[in-house]
Amino acid sequence: MPVFLWTDFLLYLLLAGIGLFVFFAARSKPLREPWLRVFRSRMGMASAVVLLAFAIIGILDSVHFRPLQAQAGQDGQPRYAAQIVSVLDVIAGDLAERTEQTYSAPFATRSYVQQVVTDEAGNTRQIFPRLAHGGAHLEGESASVPLDVALRGAAGAIQGLIVWLALAALLVLLLSRRRGLPATTRALWHDQTPLRWRAALLTAAVIAALGGAIIELAGHYHVLGTDKVGQDVLLQAVKSIRTGLLIGTLTTLVMLPFALVLGVMAGYFKGWVDDVIQYLYTTLSSIPGVLLIAAAVLMLQVYMENHPELYRTTTERADLRLLFLCMILGITSWTGLCRLLRAETLKLVELDYVQAANALGVGHMRIMARHILPNVMHIVLIQIVLDFSALVLAEAVLSYIGVGVDPSTESWGNMINGARLEMSRDPVVWWPLAAAFFFMLALVLAANLFADVVRDAFDPRLRGGTGDDSHTPDEQHAQSNVGAR
Amino acid sequence: MLAYIIRRLLYAIPVLIGVNLITFMLFFVVNTPDSIARMQLGAKRVTPAAIEAWKAERGYDRPYFYNAAEDGPNRFTNTIFFDKSVRVMAFDFGRSDDGRSISRDILDRMGPSLALAIPTLLVGLLVNITFALLLVFFRASYIDTAGVVLCVFLMSISSLFYIIGGQYLAGKLMHLVPISGYSPGWDSIKFLILPVIIGVVGGIGAQTRWYRTLFLEEAGKDYVRTARAKGLSELRVLFRHVLKNGMIPILTGVVVILPLLFLGSLIMESFFGIPGLGSYTIDAINKQDFAIVRAMVFLGSVLYIIGLLLTDISYTLVDPRIRLS
Repeated sequence: MPVFLWTDFLLYLLLAGIGLFVFFAARSKPLREPWLRVFRSRMGMASAVVLLAFAIIGILDSVHFRPLQAQAGQDGQPRYAAQIVSVLDVIAGDLAERTEQTYSAPFATRSYVQQVVTDEAGNTRQIFPRLAHGGAHLEGESASVPLDVALRGAAGAIQGLIVWLALAALLVLLLSRRRGLPATTRALWHDQTPLRWRAALLTAAVIAALGGAIIELAGHYHVLGTDKVGQDVLLQAVKSIRTGLLIGTLTTLVMLPFALVLGVMAGYFKGWVDDVIQYLYTTLSSIPGVLLIAAAVLMLQVYMENHPELYRTTTERADLRLLFLCMILGITSWTGLCRLLRAETLKLVELDYVQAANALGVGHMRIMARHILPNVMHIVLIQIVLDFSALVLAEAVLSYIGVGVDPSTESWGNMINGARLEMSRDPVVWWPLAAAFFFMLALVLAANLFADVVRDAFDPRLRGGTGDDSHTPDEQHAQSNVGAR
Repeated sequence: MLAYIIRRLLYAIPVLIGVNLITFMLFFVVNTPDSIARMQLGAKRVTPAAIEAWKAERGYDRPYFYNAAEDGPNRFTNTIFFDKSVRVMAFDFGRSDDGRSISRDILDRMGPSLALAIPTLLVGLLVNITFALLLVFFRASYIDTAGVVLCVFLMSISSLFYIIGGQYLAGKLMHLVPISGYSPGWDSIKFLILPVIIGVVGGIGAQTRWYRTLFLEEAGKDYVRTARAKGLSELRVLFRHVLKNGMIPILTGVVVILPLLFLGSLIMESFFGIPGLGSYTIDAINKQDFAIVRAMVFLGSVLYIIGLLLTDISYTLVDPRIRLS
């Protein structure tokens, strides 16, 4: 039985919006041109592929349902489990159930913590007990773990590459519709296609090989070890992708209507409308971001504590909190975009074509929608991609302070928060922290590189090769935005 | 100039009233004192009497805006709104939920916050400007490209990792400095050196990249070409012309955050156990001490508004072409 969480619903809405945008952009040259510029850069293509891989995992993790139970109910109706699972959980299979007693290192076959056991003779000994699942297929003591890992990893990588080959062949076929197969293959090999498909294919090959190897190994080992209660760290890190993506995208989705409507209105109508809107955003932005977020989340906790009727299960509760967190982050971060839009609109209103529309008696709403909005969209777009990585990083900091996502939600911030104390253990438990580090780095780095390319492609002032001061205020804003200081 | 400053200060008043109303809404209208009391007392001890006692102890048992039980002006002053919000406007923060004077605490904790924030800011400026100038000196070469890539890489790492990694390396592995703690006076240096270094390293990526853009823009201007054409060495051009003019946006950017230095850094202070205002706020958040959070929100807004005003003034000082009106 499908279940729609609030964040799922908004994510589908966002995807539908992106789909609609692609549909229109493909038809209109001014909209299409900057995007083609993005994909004509190797960096843009490669980082887009990485982001796409993250997005696919996040979307798979956003299709929720309650699985059918084996035995039907009394009246013949099918029965559904109480637990909500996602498609990703199904793909991960029993990885969530294969838990150990406590910590175990990556690829370990034995526990990381000593245990006291009593043998038949009554002697007590301290041993590192064998893990229940990690490397359970290995017989005896003599089996070599590195060899087994290398063999299985290679096999998995080859499987991944086979999938990649199929995709690459499909791409070549699609591309060769116009120029014929041999010419297309040659152009691809020498990186002479108009869009840099070679960079995309190479990136995809790396992802496919790595992914294949990890999927294969995850069936037999704990690839990134287990945490304090024996949960697989790899699974946690992968499940955290959804949280990171949602915070990075939904926040913008939530704040966008406010920023667009108010910013354009302030710049268009001027006068008292401008004064009121300026007062509104000066007031909101003069409260330091972290403090406002902290205060709002504290109040949210109290509110949710006193309104248990808003949610039925713990999953829904965590989801609701994630949604509210996105809203709160959105409220604190729309002011920067609003200010930029106001300034741009002030400039546009003076231009001849707007004046002409005005003189011809076109209504205010129509001028704003048809003549101003399309011409400020590049600012919105640059801001969205710039904010994304800042928001993903902010989630970690907020979860550490204790005003982030629900403690039961898988997120990199919660992983870091838990791992903080493990660093002072002796011997040190480093793998949960390392897992969060690498997953976050991959996502944020790809987002940052992509944002750079997008900004260069969309900013009209950069194209002439003169100064690029136009983006610097937003950049500074994005960094200081949620108080990573 | 003076008229401008006075006008700006007057404009700050409605903004601060707005901030105050927002916090009042957030803390008293979204959730009534009853529900806060229920949360604070915990599920077990919630009885109507306990809630009333909790509210009376902290002065939350009065009406919001109008107290009909009193006479004269007390009808308005003996209310939650006046006591908890209007008094804050006069910097009278009252007492925290566990009975300590908030104003006293803030004064005590400002010192350590500044002792951490000022060195971090100064050393950071020095380091980042040096790196940015180096990149500009080697512009359009492999060193420049590598430097920018490194900056983006450093930017993509969460600040939490810098702190955890730095503490682990310097404190636990090499036993150079204590991991956390604080003592007043000159002793504090050994506690502050690690957080300052980590704060500087954590900021290198974003700051250097942004300063580089500023310097590059300056280096492309006509007067710099003239300076080169008349035979000045590249170093002289960089230091005499590019650095001097590129510093204007950097310094004005610093001025905005100057007053906010008083608030300290939330994560740094709590990780390193420095008893400044940042860790004060974090403790208040964790203890759910709403009185302190309210006070800090107000204080933060005041400091931010001062920062904006200082920025505008500093613009006129460094760039005589800008006139305030």
